[in-house]
Amino acid sequence: MSLRDNPLGELRVPLTWTAGIVFIVVLIASVAILLSDRRETFDTDQYGNPRTLSDKVMAPVGDALSTPGRLTGQGVEGVRGYFFAVSENRRLRAELKNMQQWRDVAIALRDTNERYRQILGLKTDPPIPMATARIVTESRGPFAHSRLANIGSEAGVRPGNPVMSENGLVGRIVGVTNGASRVLLLTDAASRTPVMIDRTNARAILTGDGGPNPQLGYLRGTNAVRAGDRIVTSGDGGVLPRGLPVGIAVRGLDGRWRVVLASDKAPVDYVRILLFQDFTQIVDRAGLDKVEPPPPTPGASTLPPPPIEAPAAPAGTPTAPTGAAPPARAPAGAAPAATPPASNARTPAPKTPPAKAPPTKAAPSAAREGAP
Amino acid sequence: MSSAAARGLAPWRWLGLPMLAVMAGAFLFALPIRVFGVSLPEPVFALPVAFAWAYIRPSMLAPICVMIIGLYQDLLWGSPLGFWAVCLLLPYGVVLGSRSILAGQSRLMMWVWYGAATLLALGAGYLFTMLNSQNAPDAVAVFWQFLATVVLYPFADRLIERFEDADVRFR
Repeated sequence: MSLRDNPLGELRVPLTWTAGIVFIVVLIASVAILLSDRRETFDTDQYGNPRTLSDKVMAPVGDALSTPGRLTGQGVEGVRGYFFAVSENRRLRAELKNMQQWRDVAIALRDTNERYRQILGLKTDPPIPMATARIVTESRGPFAHSRLANIGSEAGVRPGNPVMSENGLVGRIVGVTNGASRVLLLTDAASRTPVMIDRTNARAILTGDGGPNPQLGYLRGTNAVRAGDRIVTSGDGGVLPRGLPVGIAVRGLDGRWRVVLASDKAPVDYVRILLFQDFTQIVDRAGLDKVEPPPPTPGASTLPPPPIEAPAAPAGTPTAPTGAAPPARAPAGAAPAATPPASNARTPAPKTPPAKAPPTKAAPSAAREGAP
Repeated sequence: MSSAAARGLAPWRWLGLPMLAVMAGAFLFALPIRVFGVSLPEPVFALPVAFAWAYIRPSMLAPICVMIIGLYQDLLWGSPLGFWAVCLLLPYGVVLGSRSILAGQSRLMMWVWYGAATLLALGAGYLFTMLNSQNAPDAVAVFWQFLATVVLYPFADRLIERFEDADVRFR
């Protein structure tokens, strides 16, 4: 039977129907891709190979294409500096005169602080190494605020690292590949950052919404914040170090407390990526668990009720020492033993009262060797 | 009639080239360039193209191209993968289903329809973001992106004028 005699040979499917079917199939595939995306995790594997690959390709292209704009901007700044050199010089002289007074105050305060730390045996945060990067692409829409920086895993950048401009916190790293890293901005709708009000130490969660001024959510306490208060990172949760400048509190038109970001003072073209790890990850966890907790203050009203005395224990049975940790903490001490301690970790100083603490130098920090 | 006019319209002319133009435009506007200290807006360049493709004629390749553009935008802008693909496919499907209503409309009415399609895409984006991050996006920021995208209708009009009647098989 020839093809022309085949009754199905004349069968024609309307184009509208086939186009409609293809549309539905493509829509279902897109929805499946959207549902399977896991953007909120910090794990590089979850960041996904397509993203890693595209970031790796886009970073050098964006870098090359933005070069003319960057050079033009530098040229304009140069010309402006040339024409306004005299007034700029006058302003800088006045600022220098003012700063010299502050320098003396700062030196005196630093000496005092060092002495207090030695006396109290205070363990301060270790210095954080950092890497400088240039922003090569950025998204500014209402649904995603992120930027692509031109350094990545080869510079030691890891997901979760905080990113700062010269003025304040910009965001954090959510994806890394060789030669590029993706920065999730504080203004992104998926961004949540633990912060505190510098004046009152009240905690809040900085929540982005795609607009220029993220909200202060979960603000606790009455009169915890006033317009003009400085907002800094609280360090809660250990994802970000404490005290990074974030911005200034303002009351939004919708009545909510919002933050004018410090990083918005100037274009964010160069950033510093803090190669920060959670400090609890770089101390000796096993050593921490061996440290004897301090005895409770005798007669304190906040002491838990004394445990009911068990019947006479047989000889040789170990008894809990006075002031030992509550029973709930016992399992926690056993768990980290399986985790191998960091090679350069050291045991921190026990929290003993100041009278018993040796007035020597502060407990050694667990900063990485070679940190600036 | 010349032999070129008698041939069907090659897909790369009405699908391939506009798709590449959209990708290039989106990338250029994603560069960190400031004009007089102000950042460039972020219009959705893909919407005029998706609108025009759906209006010009039903096609099996067009929805695939819309999805590719959407995935590209997700990778470029850092939004969840599939986000813009879905947001673009929804107005594409609505316009595809409304072709008989849209036929013969004036340019102004077509612009209004395009605005409605933009609203649908951004509304879907608003909803998905709200569900994904448990936080409503800033309505003012959405409005600015809507405004920056709506003014791109002349590009869709140009595509429609150029390709609506270009294939002799559909005359």
